[in-house]
Amino acid sequence: MGNFLQQLINGLTLGSIYGLIAIGYTMVFGIIGMVNFAHGDLFMLSAFIALLIFLVLTKILGVTSLALAFVIVLVAGMVLTSVWNWTIERLAYRPLRGSFRLAPLISAIGMSIFLSNFVQVVQGPRNKPVPPMFNEVIHFSAGGSYDVTLQYKQLVIGFVTAVLLFAFWWLVQKTALGRAQRACEQDRKMASLLGIDVDRTISITFVIGAALAAVAGVLYMMYYGVVNFSDGFLPGVKAFTAAVLGGIGSLPGAVLGGLLIGLIEVFWSSYFSTDYKDVAAFAILAITLIFMPSGILGRPEIEKV
Amino acid sequence: MTATVQKMDAASAAASGAVGTMIKDAVAAALLAFFLCFPIIMLHAESDNDGNLFLTWRPWAVFIICVIAFAGRFAVSLYQARPVVDRPAVAAAPPSASATFIGRYVGVVGLVVLFLFPFITVALLGPGASLKWIDSYGIQILIYVMLGWGLNIVVGLAGLLDLGYVAFYAVGAYAYALLATTFGLSFWICLPMAGILAAFWGILLGFPVLRLRGDYLAIVTLAFGEMIRLVLINWIPFSGGYAGIASIPKISFFGLSMRDQPGNYADFLHIEYSPLHSKIFLYYVILCLALITNFVTLRLRRLPIGRAWEALREDEIACRSLGINTRNTKLTAFALGAFFGGLAGSFFAVRQGFISPESFTFNESATILAIVVLGGMGSQIGVALAAVFLIGGFELLRELEWMRQLMHVVFGIPDFDPAQYRGLLFGLAMVVMMVLRPRGFVSTRMPSIFLREKKAVSGSLVKEGHG
Repeated sequence: MGNFLQQLINGLTLGSIYGLIAIGYTMVFGIIGMVNFAHGDLFMLSAFIALLIFLVLTKILGVTSLALAFVIVLVAGMVLTSVWNWTIERLAYRPLRGSFRLAPLISAIGMSIFLSNFVQVVQGPRNKPVPPMFNEVIHFSAGGSYDVTLQYKQLVIGFVTAVLLFAFWWLVQKTALGRAQRACEQDRKMASLLGIDVDRTISITFVIGAALAAVAGVLYMMYYGVVNFSDGFLPGVKAFTAAVLGGIGSLPGAVLGGLLIGLIEVFWSSYFSTDYKDVAAFAILAITLIFMPSGILGRPEIEKV
Repeated sequence: MTATVQKMDAASAAASGAVGTMIKDAVAAALLAFFLCFPIIMLHAESDNDGNLFLTWRPWAVFIICVIAFAGRFAVSLYQARPVVDRPAVAAAPPSASATFIGRYVGVVGLVVLFLFPFITVALLGPGASLKWIDSYGIQILIYVMLGWGLNIVVGLAGLLDLGYVAFYAVGAYAYALLATTFGLSFWICLPMAGILAAFWGILLGFPVLRLRGDYLAIVTLAFGEMIRLVLINWIPFSGGYAGIASIPKISFFGLSMRDQPGNYADFLHIEYSPLHSKIFLYYVILCLALITNFVTLRLRRLPIGRAWEALREDEIACRSLGINTRNTKLTAFALGAFFGGLAGSFFAVRQGFISPESFTFNESATILAIVVLGGMGSQIGVALAAVFLIGGFELLRELEWMRQLMHVVFGIPDFDPAQYRGLLFGLAMVVMMVLRPRGFVSTRMPSIFLREKKAVSGSLVKEGHG
């Protein structure tokens, strides 16, 4: 029981990070029907940006308040990662809009290879140990013998994820921007006929996706305490799995899928074996797509002839 | 007179205004570059032995990048502002006679060059230096040509987007490695077996994904590819895990050993032993395998199954309503593509002598798919050209010793290593080529079936398939 609770906490923490990345995939796929392969590497890049800003704040500017530093890192990371994704969309994907379907996919794969190698070149191939933060731990003793712990980091992750998800949900559901975004998702041509700047809306979608990936990057850096240039691929694929599992195109679905993937991975590692946890994630992806292609909360795709 | 002067004034005013806008754009680009580089290039975090990170500053690198961004944006603006010559819009221009002429002869010339390549390099560079050229250019490129042609059956002809092709390459490689090291079977027996095993896996993995279309298919194939790699990593008693399989037997020359030992081919033929011989032999083996792949594909395109593949790519629903069995059509495409992937894999194992899961990452799948798409899907010659360009270019980036010298002598940077920029340039090249030529190098396609006269059609008329 104690172990179960502990794994539940860990799984929800990991799942929050996956969910945040998954939103970027699901929004981009929803609006232009493209699997943005570079998204995982963007997440990794944002973790590096966050680490560097954190080091500048604590070592050079001498900020002592950890909470203040964390908020600044979060905001600066979101802004800079958004600038990156905006530029990537502008240079690598926009010229290919209206071209055939595989072109942006290959371009995104190229971008993914570029980003991971870029970080490797400019920051070196070795793991970067992150200075520890929010290390305090709350102890529960639910089952008696097993000591269940809740780290402050996990609380921070849960809190930040919940607040930002609510903020972005509000943005997409209640503002004119979000309406334009959803309109483009339904019918791009019709939306442009009704006076919506489609290119701008798509850019904003990439910016929102990048901002949430940056949040995930900051949290990931803080939680695991180490970043590496190759950290983008697996979380990226798992977040995509989460997006597909939840139903691609659906925002609540992405979060739900992220939490499920996080839980499955953690429970699998705990009860079966750590070796095959990634195989389990991929197997779930394959099984979901084969038996339930529209995911848990997705709309079934109807093909008109 | 005055009218013309006024007109010219207006034109120059417009030009200066345009230059103003261009400069403004270029400044904006430089600013953007600054924001992009600000933390990630300006600062470098290095850890000391105690695990503490400390920062070093690199303002010059950022400055150089901003200047490059400024100049680059300005050049693009100048290029876009050039006087536009009105050309009639051509949507699907019929290729000129010269294009078909080139198409007819480039293959023949290429073939002759390929067959003479080892002798040309030996004649030009001598036996020592030519070893590298035959091995890391000739053989390496031909492996990717073969993989590209194999994947072209699945992606280019049948229109099924497969992102896990490297799985079949891995199956072939491990099939040969395990059969040879466990049962001591020769390469020539293992080669077809590896192909058949890979084809079997192609069918096995193809079955569940029959109903999936488009990007969903791509993602599931990616998942399968990764699963096979992860199983190879984790199932240590079977595959050796990360350590891989070492000392895989070398290729034999029709049963005669090609190693430096008594009773080898050199003794049999009464010639001097040289390591170059086995490399040249390997070169011809992969050349023949690649040509077989090409030949089979070209022949199959004329058979009903090949036509069914292309029909499937163009319109699956129409295909089904005409009574084509889409399940079998898709499965044969998967199986045949996997078969050739398996052959290439077992060749890879015999050439390397050592394999590990590291060689079969998603990046390999992405590279092969990029070769197929950049070459122009469905075009055999285009795929070969793209493989030469991408893989050859990637290998050429190793040869930048002069650049290291230059950086050392001129700029005083001691440890500049150009080889580390290979991956970066490779990714960038993929993006740039896709943006410039989204339809691939070869923009025309020859239909395999025609009425009265064979006419090339534009590549943009060929669908990419939904499956």
